[in-house]
Amino acid sequence: MNQWAFVIGAYALTLSGTGLISLLSWRAMRGAEARAQQLADRS
Amino acid sequence: MHRFANPARFLKIARPLTSWLFWPGLALLLTGAACGLFVTPADYLQGDTVRILYIHVPSAWLGMGGWTGIAIAALMQLVWRHPLAAVAGRAIATPGAFFTAICLITGSIWGRPTWGTWWEWDGRMTSMLVLFFLYLGYIALANASARHGQGQGAGGVSPVTAIFGLVGAINIPIINRSVVWWNSLHQGPSITLRGSSIDASLLWPLGFTLIGFTLLFAAIVLMRMRAILARNKIEARMQRLARG
Repeated sequence: MNQWAFVIGAYALTLSGTGLISLLSWRAMRGAEARAQQLADRS
Repeated sequence: MHRFANPARFLKIARPLTSWLFWPGLALLLTGAACGLFVTPADYLQGDTVRILYIHVPSAWLGMGGWTGIAIAALMQLVWRHPLAAVAGRAIATPGAFFTAICLITGSIWGRPTWGTWWEWDGRMTSMLVLFFLYLGYIALANASARHGQGQGAGGVSPVTAIFGLVGAINIPIINRSVVWWNSLHQGPSITLRGSSIDASLLWPLGFTLIGFTLLFAAIVLMRMRAILARNKIEARMQRLARG
């Protein structure tokens, strides 16, 4: 049994998942703050 | 803590803090992961699979720490009516669920070559799975209360959701003590306040990943809190515009 396959699989999943949740949270924040600013500028 | 009850004052601190937490967190996490993969020796018994430790332990810590954060936020919402507590609770839920899932999956991947099985219904694994379902329940309740406007002004978290967050905290000491109370394939507590049973040559990158993941988690929570606060602002302004 190649142990490295398990190690790489675990790291790939964790690091890509962490990157994805960071990116989604950042996009949600930027999008919401930009919309709020647009509304504030309009009124 | 009530000094930060004003969202404007909170945002003034949260905006720079998000980057200050995120980038050092990412750097520490990547350094720890690289050292864990390429610098530390293989374990004499488990071989290279021991390297999963450096991502498995921080994800378990964040899964449990996240729910502790939800419980504290729930207490602050229910007792002191802190206006940001509900926002914080809701912002913690998704990253908390994510790291609990990562803990379960990396544990399962680690278990296959070490124990010869992907899964065992023992105390530690089952209580961790229960924590994951608690997170899903909390997210569903928070989303439902936000849709029905029950949590308006509280970030979409109704009192029922907050009580659920508080009661669910009973699972945290159960997870912690599960390897002591019941026979388990999972090893006993290897890092306690009295020290560690893990050899120092294997242990040191764990400090990097533990602090790195924690800073990153805090940055993600701040991003999600800022998103909820901005959405609340949009909603309030739209309502004002609709009223004319």
